[in-house]
Amino acid sequence: MAKTVKSRIKRSAADHIVDTILVIFMILLGIVMLYPMWYELVVSISDATKLIKHRGIQLWPLGFDTIAYRLVFKYPQLLEGYKNTLIILVLGLVVNIVLTSLGAYCLTRTSCKFHRFMTLFVLVTMYFSGGLIPLYLTVRGVGLYNTIWAVIIPTALSTYNMIILRSAFSSIPESLVESVFIDGGGHWTVLFKIFIPLSLPAMAVQILYYGVGHWNSWFNAFIYIPDVHKQPVQLVLRKLLISGSNIDMGAETANIPNYEMMAKSMKAAMVIVTTVPILAIYPLLQRYFVGGMMIGSLKE
Amino acid sequence: MAQKKKKVSFAKDMQKNYPVYLMFLPVLAFYIIFHYYPMAGIVMAFKNYKASLGIWGSPWTTMHGFKHFYKFFTGAYFLRTVTNTTLLSFLQLIFGFPAPILLALMLTELRSNKFKRLMQTITYLPHFISTVVICGMLIEFCLTDGLFNQVGALFGAEAVPFLSRPQYFRTIYVASGIWQQIGWNSIIYLAAIASIDLQLYEAAELDGAGRFRKIWHITLPGIKQTIVVLFIMQVGRIMSVGHEKVLLLQTDGNLATSEVISSYVYKQGFGQNNDFSYSTAVNLFNSVINFSLVILANYISRKFSETSLF
Repeated sequence: MAKTVKSRIKRSAADHIVDTILVIFMILLGIVMLYPMWYELVVSISDATKLIKHRGIQLWPLGFDTIAYRLVFKYPQLLEGYKNTLIILVLGLVVNIVLTSLGAYCLTRTSCKFHRFMTLFVLVTMYFSGGLIPLYLTVRGVGLYNTIWAVIIPTALSTYNMIILRSAFSSIPESLVESVFIDGGGHWTVLFKIFIPLSLPAMAVQILYYGVGHWNSWFNAFIYIPDVHKQPVQLVLRKLLISGSNIDMGAETANIPNYEMMAKSMKAAMVIVTTVPILAIYPLLQRYFVGGMMIGSLKE
Repeated sequence: MAQKKKKVSFAKDMQKNYPVYLMFLPVLAFYIIFHYYPMAGIVMAFKNYKASLGIWGSPWTTMHGFKHFYKFFTGAYFLRTVTNTTLLSFLQLIFGFPAPILLALMLTELRSNKFKRLMQTITYLPHFISTVVICGMLIEFCLTDGLFNQVGALFGAEAVPFLSRPQYFRTIYVASGIWQQIGWNSIIYLAAIASIDLQLYEAAELDGAGRFRKIWHITLPGIKQTIVVLFIMQVGRIMSVGHEKVLLLQTDGNLATSEVISSYVYKQGFGQNNDFSYSTAVNLFNSVINFSLVILANYISRKFSETSLF
């Protein structure tokens, strides 16, 4: 609508200049936003022998070589980490979505006698927590330590996400709920036949939020899961990218030409294969972000 | 919350709503085990925790239980961690807070809707990259032959190992934070701008207002309430800087500026000292301050705007 108004009034020369500056600035901003991932992509497909000699800012691939990817997919730690992350993601999402939907539904039932209690009970935890060590001891105490459940159960429910879902549920007219009751249905019918089907965009955003959380989280696994065979892929990345450990290919090493030089492009290839799945998904859900943000950021 | 003021007997409510309470049961259990029970565990801040005795069996400390707090307040790390924490979030506030507002204003001014949507998608992207990867890239870019020094070399600057020098840590932390969150944080302002009545702009145009006057007199007042509320809430978080990114970017060289309360809590608990009680005490100090600030912030924001946060 703003457009029709604008087009009716002739743009002045000054306006043109401002527009041009704005577009140029936006393009520069876009480059700054995209460059780091572009850099990783460029490094991952570059020829390792050329890469090692290169000086200066790298804008384009040097040669073309997919060996980094072929090696990365043979790197046992990465594959194991990837597998663990996928298991955590799937199990975690099931737990997250079930618990969040149940909680969000309860919070919309204002006619319940305990509604105030339930709301308060949940909100308190947004402002106060036991902190690192007491939670750690709890996780140990309930026997989750060193199992993948240690990164699933303690984060099974995010109050913030639940409140976002509650507001999506609240926007469904109460008359629909009453009509279910009149037809003899109960609360379960309302939740599964009305609320969830009518809030699919909101549910998709929930899956995205929780999914990104599981995919990118490292700290909980870092303190709760010492067993390297159960650790998620982010911890594998942490070891290589942050602690600077070497990539140990085991017996494979002897078969790799220029193994010493491969480290840089292999690390870049790992960044790409662990980051791109998420980057491919979020644009699809982009138009649903706003709804949650409005309530979400104010309630944070 | 609109409460229906109907008097319902307990039994009747149970009969009618028992599925709701059944649904709430797992949620209740979750909160009790992973939120409320750890809250009770805070008592260990006043004890000398011994693993063999457990939280409840461990003996109280001297000084009526306040030994760990005394140790923290009188130790060398108190001033350092509090200063670093506050400064880091203060810089985040000055530079990081206005950035998404400016971006939202600029995005709204773009004439092409397609270009606007594309820019939104691009600026959201860093939000979805994991902290580990972001910090890994930062570490690589900060090397003496890394991106930042390559760019510096174009201007004739000498190569500096940025992450090993304390004077650069705050810039790196805050700038990368803006880079990562500017797009994501602009969403809420874009939504606020979209809800401004278009007739206001039309009227202003008829009065001959240019785009900057429209921004100044219509857009900014239109999103003022959102800005104020978010600003106050961020001020309320001034003493809470997360430990994840700090721990990943910390090096021996930048400890002087990079040690914040939360990273100190982590190290005291899991580092060489491995003193669970002391770590919990420091964390409790931080939580109490944060809690008071948030309550205060909420009180102030309620005065400023009609929207109450809780």
